[in-house]
This record gives sequence, C-alpha cells and structure tokens, in this order.
Amino acid sequence: MKPAPFDYVVAESVEHALAAKRRYGDEARFLAGGQSLVPAMNFRLAQPAVLIDLNRIPGLGDVRRENDVLAIGALARHRTLEHDPNVARHAPALAEAATYVAHPQIRNRGTLGGNLAQADPASELPAAAVALDASLHVRSAGSERQIAARDFFTGVFATALEPDEMLVRIDVPALPPRTGTAFMEIARRRGDYAIVGIAAVVTVDDARRCVRVRAVLCGAGNSPVCLAAPERVLAGHRGSEAGFAEAAALAGREIDPPANVHATADYRRHLAGVLVRRALALAVSRAEGGDPGGWRGRPAGRITT
Amino acid sequence: MIGRVRVRVVVNGVRHEREVEPRLLLSDFIRHELGLTGTHVGCEHGVCGACTVQLDGEPIRSCLMFAAQADGAAIATVEGLAPAPGELAPLQAAFREAHGLQCGYCTPGILMTLDAFLKAHPHPDEADIRAALSGNLCRCTGYQHIVAAVLLATRRNA
Repeated sequence: MKPAPFDYVVAESVEHALAAKRRYGDEARFLAGGQSLVPAMNFRLAQPAVLIDLNRIPGLGDVRRENDVLAIGALARHRTLEHDPNVARHAPALAEAATYVAHPQIRNRGTLGGNLAQADPASELPAAAVALDASLHVRSAGSERQIAARDFFTGVFATALEPDEMLVRIDVPALPPRTGTAFMEIARRRGDYAIVGIAAVVTVDDARRCVRVRAVLCGAGNSPVCLAAPERVLAGHRGSEAGFAEAAALAGREIDPPANVHATADYRRHLAGVLVRRALALAVSRAEGGDPGGWRGRPAGRITT
Repeated sequence: MIGRVRVRVVVNGVRHEREVEPRLLLSDFIRHELGLTGTHVGCEHGVCGACTVQLDGEPIRSCLMFAAQADGAAIATVEGLAPAPGELAPLQAAFREAHGLQCGYCTPGILMTLDAFLKAHPHPDEADIRAALSGNLCRCTGYQHIVAAVLLATRRNA
C-alpha cells in the first residue's frame, strides 16, 4: 500500500523542527529513522498531514563523552549503537541490546530516539535505557527538561512527551567501577521483537558482594518493568546460583504479562524467570571480571550483522 | 511547506533528477521514475527484504524511506552489480552455479544485502551468513542453496 499525501518539511535545525511542530501540532509527526512510522503510513494506520524530517539536522546523531556522561544524539542509528566504541565501553547494555533489534537493513536506518519515543512494550532499547539509568533530554520551542528513563514510558506506545516536545539526546551516566551488564531475549526468530527480554546491570564491591542490581524486562508489561526482587535478594551477598534462582522465582510474581498469539502470560512469566537467572549470572561474572560488556577477547570488527 | 520535492540522486553511477510527491516511496521512485525494475517490492512494510538497496553503501529497505529523503545520496541497485552487460558479478555467478535461487523474486534484495555484508566481512562462516540474511525472506530455497552460493563465492575470493 501507499502512504496518504502529506506535506514534507526538511528540518535544518532542532529549533526549526520544534517551530514546525508547534505550528502544525498533532497534525505533524517527526520523521526519524522511519522504520516504525513509514510501515504504519504504508498501511494508512498513520496519516500525518505533515512530516518533519529530522534526518538532515547536523549533529543530532552524534555520540559524545561529556564529563561522566555518554551523550547519545537522538538520531544515532542502531548500527552506531552496535559499532561505536564509546557506546560499547560506556553503555554496553545498549550496544548489546541493539544487536537484537530487527535486521541489518533496519538497524542502518532506525534511531535510538525514534525507538524510545515509539515506546513499543516489546522493544529492547527502552529496557536497556531504564536499566542504565539514562536521562532523556527533551526540548520544545519554549523549554527543555530532563526525564528519567524510568519515568518516560507511561504505557503501550505512550510516553511522557508533550505534543510539542522532541527527544533530542539520551544521557547515559558512567558505570560505577566493578559493574557488569547483560542484555538477552527470547524471540521466535532472529530479529523479531522479544517475547520477553531483559537488561541487567550489577555493581559489586571489592569483596564481590552485590551493591546495586537492576533487572529490567521488556515484553512483560505495558512498558519496561524494573524488578524489585533481584536487588532485594542479592544486595549484600555474592552472586550465587542459589541467589539467582531465588530472584528468578520471585520475578514471575512481580509482573502481569500480556497474552497474545505469540505467547501466553504463563509462558512469559516462565521466560522472565529464566532470563532473570541467566542475565544476573552473566552480569555478575562480567562485573567480577572487570569486563562490563563482555567485549574482551572479541575480535575487532566483530560480526553483529 | 513543499508540494513537490526535488530529488537528485546518483544510482549505479548515473545522475538522475526528478520532481516527485513527498509520499513517493524510494522503492517506487527506483522502479517507476527510473525504470530500474530489478528492485522488487514484496510486503511494503519492511518485513520481506525484497526491496533492499544500498544507500551510501549501506543496505536499507527502500519501501521504508521516501524518495525525498534520498536527495543527494548515492544508491546502488542490483542492476549495478554486474561489471558489464552479459556478465555476472562473482556473487551472482556463484548463485547461478549453486542454484541459489528458484523463482528469483527475493534475489535482488538478497544480493544487495550480501554485497555489502561481504565487503565488510569477506570470510564469514555459515552462522554469520545466516545472521546476515535474517532480514531477507525466501520462500523457495529454504536458504540452503543461498548459503552454499555465498560460501562458494567466498572460497573463490580467498
């Protein structure tokens, strides 16, 4: 099918894009990578009167290390998340999660900002952003503000963004020493949205006791679910199979997962437990090994097609 | 605000310029405006990969992009792979020899995906090849002969 007609605005700057959004309001949509919006337009599920193309705004996809923050421009492509050495080093859960997003052709176009603003409950990157305590920098024509990733996702395809606001940057704070991260998921086929996925971030002290434990699920609710049990069970203790298993057993009770053609709620609950156990074990081993993202020993230019 | 937009692209080394509606998909621009019908259109919502072309060297879904967005870009389509009329690129020749296609509908998209992949990864193993092909559906071959064709091409290249 073909999209309905629309007027096309090529934004030359963030200010230009925001002024256009203020002018056209709900009739206008921002066009980032377009890998969700354009299919919706092809099906005529979305029929914006105006498209504001963000792809030519200089610098909007840049990745920069600023003080203790990795600042990722909203237009950074999934491919950049996969391959940028700064992302691999400072936001390894995002780099690992990006390898699970769709297919190479999609990752060459899709953007981090677009993915987060789309707020698909099964999407990988929102869970990674919440687990990493990312802060989302949002602007409108008259104001700007920071929204914590954990407060950004308000429901199925719903975010805290106001109609005239745009997500312009994702700030990921530096990982504390002795921190390990892991992203993994279960999907029917490579490149599918996760049935359930998990981003885990664990920090241990110099006696290898867990200090801080984040385990955030995608596909398990209306938005990313940050589990309470893993930190409650593991804090103050060394990572152990018994501890991971206890956290896994409790995780299923914290979630109210959807049932649909892809999986029943019970199956998703089961997967959540399995993933909690595996991801915590991997994140702890990476924290203890001083290799936050598990990249050590991988060949340069590793294949993550 | 623009009614029609100008698109200037270089496709397979040839310059083209057109005025088009903003809603024209890049896939339809390539096929209907430029007459390059080697790029196939399957699902038109980013699932099948038949419309894969290279935009500034990177494989993308041409059905998930507007022609207007490609203004200023260099595009490669399957018509540009062969070195001369009547000849085949090494990857194409390997597909022919190893029976890497049956109906051929998915083949142009698969070739454009693999052409970029093999430039970045000249010596992939079978698992790498299957991962690279994850975004291209083929309903005839079961992929066995496609993978065999890629392995044949990489062996010759070694």
